[in-house]
Amino acid sequence: MRKFAISAAALAAMMGTPVLAQDINVKLGVLNDRSGVYADLSGEGSAVATRMAVEDFGAAEKGMNVEVISADHQNKPDVGSNIAREWYDVDGVNAIIDVPTSSVALAVADITAEKNGVLLDSGAGSTVLTREQCQPTTVHWTYDTAALANGTGGAVTNAGGEKWFFLTADYAFGHSLEENTMEVVKQNGGEVVGSVRHPFPSQDFSSFLLQAQGSGADVIGLANAGGDTVNAIKQASEFGITQAGQKLAALLMFVTDVHSLGAETAQGLNLTEAFYWDQNDTTREWSARFEEQMGSKPTMVHAGAYSATMAYLEAVEAVGSAEDGRAVVAKMKEMDIDDPLFGKTKVRGDGRVIHDMYLFEVKAPGESEGEWDLYNQVSTISGDDAFLPMLDECDFTKK
Amino acid sequence: MFELLGISPPVLMGQLLLGLINGSFYAVLSLGLAVIFGLLNIINFAHGALYMMGAFVAWMLLNYVGIGYWPALILAPIIVGAFGILLERTMLSRLYHLDHLYGLLLTFGLALIIQGLFRNYYGISGLPYQIPEVLSGGQNLGFMFLPNYRGWVVVASIIVCFGTWFMIEKTRLGAYLRAATENPVLVGAFGVNVPLMIMLTYGFGVALAGFAGVLAAPIYSVNPNMGADLIIVVFAVVVIGGMGSIMGAILTGYLLGIIEGLTRVFYPEGSAVVIFVIMAIVLMIKPEGLFGRPA
Amino acid sequence: MAMAEKTTATVPVSQTAGMPRLHKIIFAVLLAVLLVLPFFVYPVFAMKVMCFALFAAAFNLLLGFGGLLSFGHAAYFGGASYVAAHAAKVWGLTPELSVLCGAAAAGVLGFAIGSLAIRRQGIYFAMVTLAFAQMVYFVALQAEFTGGEDGIQSVPRGDLFGVISLQNNIALYFFVLAVTFGGILFLYRIVHSPFGQVLKAIRENEPRAVSLGYDVNRYKIIVFTLSATMAGVAGATKSQVFQLASLTDVHWSMSGEVVLMTLLGGMGTIFGPLLGAGIIVTMQNYLATFGAWVTIIQGVIFVIGVLAFREGIIGVLSRWLKKPL
Repeated sequence: MRKFAISAAALAAMMGTPVLAQDINVKLGVLNDRSGVYADLSGEGSAVATRMAVEDFGAAEKGMNVEVISADHQNKPDVGSNIAREWYDVDGVNAIIDVPTSSVALAVADITAEKNGVLLDSGAGSTVLTREQCQPTTVHWTYDTAALANGTGGAVTNAGGEKWFFLTADYAFGHSLEENTMEVVKQNGGEVVGSVRHPFPSQDFSSFLLQAQGSGADVIGLANAGGDTVNAIKQASEFGITQAGQKLAALLMFVTDVHSLGAETAQGLNLTEAFYWDQNDTTREWSARFEEQMGSKPTMVHAGAYSATMAYLEAVEAVGSAEDGRAVVAKMKEMDIDDPLFGKTKVRGDGRVIHDMYLFEVKAPGESEGEWDLYNQVSTISGDDAFLPMLDECDFTKK
Repeated sequence: MFELLGISPPVLMGQLLLGLINGSFYAVLSLGLAVIFGLLNIINFAHGALYMMGAFVAWMLLNYVGIGYWPALILAPIIVGAFGILLERTMLSRLYHLDHLYGLLLTFGLALIIQGLFRNYYGISGLPYQIPEVLSGGQNLGFMFLPNYRGWVVVASIIVCFGTWFMIEKTRLGAYLRAATENPVLVGAFGVNVPLMIMLTYGFGVALAGFAGVLAAPIYSVNPNMGADLIIVVFAVVVIGGMGSIMGAILTGYLLGIIEGLTRVFYPEGSAVVIFVIMAIVLMIKPEGLFGRPA
Repeated sequence: MAMAEKTTATVPVSQTAGMPRLHKIIFAVLLAVLLVLPFFVYPVFAMKVMCFALFAAAFNLLLGFGGLLSFGHAAYFGGASYVAAHAAKVWGLTPELSVLCGAAAAGVLGFAIGSLAIRRQGIYFAMVTLAFAQMVYFVALQAEFTGGEDGIQSVPRGDLFGVISLQNNIALYFFVLAVTFGGILFLYRIVHSPFGQVLKAIRENEPRAVSLGYDVNRYKIIVFTLSATMAGVAGATKSQVFQLASLTDVHWSMSGEVVLMTLLGGMGTIFGPLLGAGIIVTMQNYLATFGAWVTIIQGVIFVIGVLAFREGIIGVLSRWLKKPL
């Protein structure tokens, strides 16, 4: 079946006739966490965003038949890989979207390459996806730990926060975030005065925070995520650490986390994101539509799922078929994308998507005009500065 | 002054105090578990879920009804306790004649259901709950800054724990309770309504979990998973203290909070597992627990 | 321990050495179905079910026939899956040797933990096994070779005996079928051996077994080690199927799941755990879209199972048929 579709497309291309879009069937699978710690920042919202993209792309008008399905990988690599295999083998899925949690994303990336599908990753943060385990079928859209480290680490150090103390979640993600940021801090003339690794997940951070306080650091870098970050920030404010002049830098935080903390507790916090709903008219209009369906503002992961789907569908249309994942990704890498949400965007040879990142500061409660009015934009970090340079062996455009 | 392994005394003092605060939660939770185990012979695996429910009820009271922290501190445990009584009447009471393990399995299932439901309706990010006005701010103790609220946690837990201990060990009601633990049939023959007592005990044990939940709400984010991993730790505390021993559960709670706190300074990576190591050692050397009577 | 008393006390398992005809027929039908299954059902899914069936059967040996509730069996299942994945990926061993490595590791671990844990009984036993399992989890999270929360990924599907490639799902399926079915038959054999009879005697009345001169602790250690080893075979095989080993397999919720499977199918029965594993895995697979509802449904099954259905599905069936199953 797959062979037939490819040859049909090839035949049509040879005969010089454009492939009729009516022939194109696309099945998209949104695979993410729908019940665990990442359910709010990805979850159903990413499925909604993907469907919005299918609609906005005008798939139906173009005669493309696009179907979107979704499933919960429960943040378990075995569950995720099982679903991914079955989607490719049995359900005929062409592309898998979102996939937060690095361990699951890495497993799905391998399977995707094996099955010649496409992985449009928005939710995962590991740089390994486009480096040590790079694949010709992986597109890593929204962010990675290096970009976050460059954004927050660089900006905060340059703003005078020279002495850093790290509070690191004791698992691979935390370690890599810590390591990336330490490097950036040192490159910018800063100094790392200490670090402590806390169990993951933790409820109580007071002890670690006290150690950070005693270190005499200017900045406490939080190399953790989700509930851990939220709790650490909450308790830092409770113990008067922020009031006493030490700054907190959250290395991975989403607008939903800030919303959950409330502006009162989170004010003044620096963080890096690739997207914020209140950046311009387009993002506001899109986010309002999203909010109508989800009841909350979108995170950058949701936005990434939307934009990645748009770009993917465009590439599928150009190629004339969704069957050959490598071909579609190769096409995506040729395109110059002017994305409504991310601006000028380029898919690099290794699958890393390059776009601007932004450093935000959380507003004080007085400034905030609504429950979601949370950020002031501090600076823009150009995509080339934010992301790590490409590894030569991962440049699939050369092969 | 001396320095212990490179940690200066003020820092050490601070960490000891933090351990005590943490231990306060362990103490209240393990006390509830111990009370339930003592009388019902049931391992209440749903304890963590009910602790989470306490925090959520406080949040709901504030956001839906406008009832603040102080009334919630009384109301939420009552609501959670009532819910517990409902569980006891409809389900647990059918298992008393069976092996303990069935109680464990049933409450394990209940915990899954409760956590799943809250996760479905309230998401996972957690909900904010402010520290009450009176207790905001903190005291500078010289060696550390102690938030007033944390101080209150220690005080509240000590009052509740020792109040409970007093009630069970020193009052007439407590005497019935203890007697019913030993021989329910005989106590029933003396005209004491044993099933009622069992029901109220379970309700009370569960209410303690709810109380701990309300105490925790302003410090930790109110989220459906807050009790999920805690329950195993608290279990370990009860086992170390000696199953069914009231005082044992309380003291071990505080003690292990402190030990865990110290581990966070000397070997932070190990702090998640230190309690289990201690538990294994205790079970090998003194299986009835530090404060338990030999079986 | 009175856990499984109900089921088997009313319907005593045949004491004869040979396999009863009914069991022979069921095993034969099961094998026949499994032989053609991959042509109708997605093979990877079927392999997952088989791995969990063996895991549940191994667990049942301990709980259903040994009367010991371990709340930490994830340690052996997951521990073996890490060792097997490491063996296949880093040492480059063939699949069957990798599985053996995993099983051996689980056996050693089971022996070590078992010899300590059997010194306690009942709820204490359960808690000790849980405590040790938490330590294994801690090691899996911290140790260098386990890859932290990423686990060991992209484990190669090697060549069986160095010659038969298992790249193909169907080829792998028959390897997994051979391992798990063999494992289950082996467990069946143990249960119906003289050793199994002594186990049941201990479960029913430990003091009596002691007075009869049996070294109860030795039997308990052996059954614990056997159970852990077979759980290890299941975990190691799973790592070859999914080409990864991860924290999920060593987390305590995995220990809970295997209890659920056994309870649902019927503890102390031969076929119950297999059915229970089939149902739970299928449910997790097809309800994946519903997110948190999976947890809720599992919880509901637990509650109903304990309240109204303690014999499990096969246990009830067995009572109706008046035959041990």
